[in-house]
Amino acid sequence: MNTKKFDYAPAPESRAILDLKPSYGLFIDGQFVDTLDGRAFKTVSPATEEVLAEITEAGQADVDRAVAAARKAYDKVWSKLPARERGKYLFRFARILQERARELAVLESLDNGKPIRESRDVDIPLVAAWFFHYAGWADKLDHAGFGPNPKPLGVAGQVIPWNFPLLMLAWKIAPALACGNTVVLKPAETTPLTALLFAEICQQADLPPGVVNIVTGAGDTGRALVEHPGIDKVAFTGSTDVGKMIARSTAGSHKKVTLELGGKAANIVFDDAPVDQAVEGIVNGIFFNQGHVCCAGSRLLVQESAYDEVLSSLKRRLGTLRLGDPLDKNTDIGAINSAEQLARIRELSDVGEAEGAERWSPPCDLPVKGFWFPPTVFTGVSQAHRIAREEIFGPVLSVLTFRTPAEAVEKANNTPYGLSAGVWTDKGSRILWMADQLRAGVVWANTFNRFDPASPFGGYKESGYGREGGRHGLEAYLDV
Amino acid sequence: MTTTASPPVASGTGLPDVSQITSSDSALRRFLHGLPGVDQVGAEARAAMLSTRSIKTSAKAWAIDLAISMIDLTTLEGQDTPGKVRALCAKALRPDPSVADTPRVAAICVYPDMVPVAVEALRGSRVKVASVATAFPSGRSSLAVKLADTRDAVAAGADEIDMVIDRGAFLSGRYLEVFEEIVAVKEACGEAHLKVILETGELDTYDNVRRASWLGMLAGGDFIKTSTGKIAPAATLPVTLVMLEAVRDFRATTGRQVGVKPAGGIRTTKDAIKYLVLVNETVGDDWLDPDWFRLGASSLLNDLLMQRTKAVTGRYSGPDYFTLD
Repeated sequence: MNTKKFDYAPAPESRAILDLKPSYGLFIDGQFVDTLDGRAFKTVSPATEEVLAEITEAGQADVDRAVAAARKAYDKVWSKLPARERGKYLFRFARILQERARELAVLESLDNGKPIRESRDVDIPLVAAWFFHYAGWADKLDHAGFGPNPKPLGVAGQVIPWNFPLLMLAWKIAPALACGNTVVLKPAETTPLTALLFAEICQQADLPPGVVNIVTGAGDTGRALVEHPGIDKVAFTGSTDVGKMIARSTAGSHKKVTLELGGKAANIVFDDAPVDQAVEGIVNGIFFNQGHVCCAGSRLLVQESAYDEVLSSLKRRLGTLRLGDPLDKNTDIGAINSAEQLARIRELSDVGEAEGAERWSPPCDLPVKGFWFPPTVFTGVSQAHRIAREEIFGPVLSVLTFRTPAEAVEKANNTPYGLSAGVWTDKGSRILWMADQLRAGVVWANTFNRFDPASPFGGYKESGYGREGGRHGLEAYLDV
Repeated sequence: MTTTASPPVASGTGLPDVSQITSSDSALRRFLHGLPGVDQVGAEARAAMLSTRSIKTSAKAWAIDLAISMIDLTTLEGQDTPGKVRALCAKALRPDPSVADTPRVAAICVYPDMVPVAVEALRGSRVKVASVATAFPSGRSSLAVKLADTRDAVAAGADEIDMVIDRGAFLSGRYLEVFEEIVAVKEACGEAHLKVILETGELDTYDNVRRASWLGMLAGGDFIKTSTGKIAPAATLPVTLVMLEAVRDFRATTGRQVGVKPAGGIRTTKDAIKYLVLVNETVGDDWLDPDWFRLGASSLLNDLLMQRTKAVTGRYSGPDYFTLD
C-alpha cells in the first residue's frame, strides 16, 4: 500500500471497563448456576483468537430446568403482574442498557469482531431503543388492534444468531416480556458474552427470577430448547437450513413459530440515483458488519447506463475502507466471526471465480492472527452464478446489471429468499412502484440497513415468516 | 489517486465542451440539472459518520500543523482599521511567538480598502493577501461596480480575490448570468487567484450547492468557497462534502484541480480536524495542502495553538498565553 499523508494513529477503545470472568454458568431462575449434564467450551475473540472465557454448554437437564423456571415465573409472577408493572421493568432495562452502553459495545466488538463504531453507534443504541419501544406497548396492548385484552402465549424459547448478538436478544426479549411471556433464550455459541452480561443486568434490574433465562450452547442445546414440550412459542433467527428443521420439528405441535432466516437482497441502482449516496448505500448494504447481515444488499443490480460510473465510484470508495482491530474507533471492517464462517466465505468466493466472475478487492493488509476476509466485489455475475443465488454472509458483493425497471424487478425477485431490497432513484413514483412489485419484507428507498423499533421486519418465501418490530411484532407473542 | 470517476456529464463524451454548455441559458440549465442529485439524508449521514473518526497522538499533531497552514486568517468588519489589520498580519507571520516551529497561516483575508495595509505588513513573506470583492457580502450591486471593486483590490496587491456569486440570479434560474459574471470577475483578477463564494446558507439545498459548485468551476474559479461568514448557517460538513465531491468529479472530467474553502463557524481544533478527515476520505492526498484546501476562520487559530501546546507540554494553558489578533 502507498503511504498516505494523513495516517490515523491507532485509537483503540479501552477494555478496562470490562469485568470478564474466567468462566460463566447458565442463567436460570435468576441465578448463575453450574450445569447438570453439559460441558464447557471456549469463546474467542475472532480478531485475535484470544480465549475470552469458558462458557457452559447446556444439556437436556439444564434446558428442562430453565423451561421449568420460566413456567413457574409465568404462572406465579409475570402473568399476574399488572401490565404497567411489566412496562416499568422494560423501561428499567432500557435505562440500564444506556448507562452501560460503552461496556456492552466493547464486549460486543470483542466477542463478535464487529467494529466498535458499529456496536457503539448502531447495535447498542438500537438495543435500548427496542426496550424503550416495547416498554411503551406493555400497558397498551388493548389498543394494538388484536381485540380487547389479548393474552400472552406462555413460555417462549428463543434462539438467536451471532451477527448482532445483543440486538437480536433485544428483538426477542423486549416484545416477549411486554406481552407477558417469560423466556428461555439461547445465544449463539460464538457470541454468548453480551447475553450473559444481559443476565447480570436482569439481576441489577431486580427482574423476578425465571422471567428471563439464558442457556448457552450450540446446536444441540438449541434443539433441546426448540423441541422442548414445555414451551409455547419458538422464535428463531438464523440460517434457512436450521429454520426448516425447526419448522419440521414443531409441525403438529401447539407451538407458535416465527422464523427470520437468510436473504440475498437486491440493491437496485437506477441511472438517475444520487450516485455518491448510492455508493455509500452499497457499501453500507454489504460491508456493514462484514456482510454478516441477513438483509445485506449482497446483490447489486445496476442499470447498464450507470454501470461504469457506479462501479468506478464504488471501487474508489472501497479503497478508503479501514480494515483491522475491531476495538479501534476508526475501523470500518472488523473480523469474520469464526473460522467456520471464514471457510464458507472463502469457498463460495472461490466458486464465484471458478464460475467465471471477475473478483476484485482493494489493496488491503489482513492481520496475521484471527479470521479476516477483504471487502470483495464480483463483476460479470449473472443469475446463473452460485454467488448470485446463495447467501454468502460475508463481505462479498455480486454485481449484476439490468436495462429496465421491469427487468430489475424480475431479477430482484428471482431468488428463493425475500427479506429485503433497496431502490436508489430520484423518482418518487418509481420508488412506490418498485416497493409494490418487490417480494421482500423490507424495501429501503435511497438508504439501506436502517432499523427502527417501530418498523416491522421479516421475510417472504425462504426468508421466514412472522414479523419482528413495531405493532406487528406484538402479534408473534400474543394468543391472537 | 489513480482511479478516476467517469464524468458526470450529460453528453458522456469525455471533456465537457464549456462553450457548448454555456451557449445559452437552457443549455447550461440542462447541464446543471443533469448532474447526479444529492440525497440529503445520505449526505448528512456520511458527514456525520466521518466526524466520528478519532484522531489522536501523532495524527492529531500532524493535523493541527496542517490546519494552521491552511487558515485564511480573516477580519471582515466595519470596524476594521489599519492597526487591527497590521496586528492580524503580525499574528499570521508568528502565530505563536514563543514556539519557533509553528507553521504560518496561508493567507490573511480582508476588505479591499485594507489590502494595501496587509500587503505592506506581509511584504517578503509567503503569507498571501486575500481580499473579498464584488460588493461582498450580499453581491447586490451592478456588474460594473463589482468589477471595479475587484480591479481595485488586485491593483492594491491582493494575491487572491474572494468573490460572491449572485444568489438572486442563481435562485431564479438565471445560471448564465451567474456564469458570465464569474467569467468577468476572473478576467478582472488577472494573475490573482479567484475564490468563488457560493454562500451555501442561502442556496439551501445540496442539489443547489452541487450546481453552483460546477458553475463556479466551469467559469474558471480557482477555489470554491462555502460562505461569507455573514449568513447562518455558514460552512457545514455536509455542504463541504458535496463541494469536495464536485471538485473531485470536475478534475476527473476536465483534468483541472480546483480548491475548496469552508469558511465561517469553524472555531475549534476538533472542527478543523473533522474537515481534514472529510478531505482525506473524499478527495485524498492531493487536496491535503494549503494550495488546495483552506479554512476561513479567525478564532480557530488560537484553539489550534492551544492544542499544539498541549500536545507538547501535556497541559492546557489559559488564553492569556496566546496572543490576541
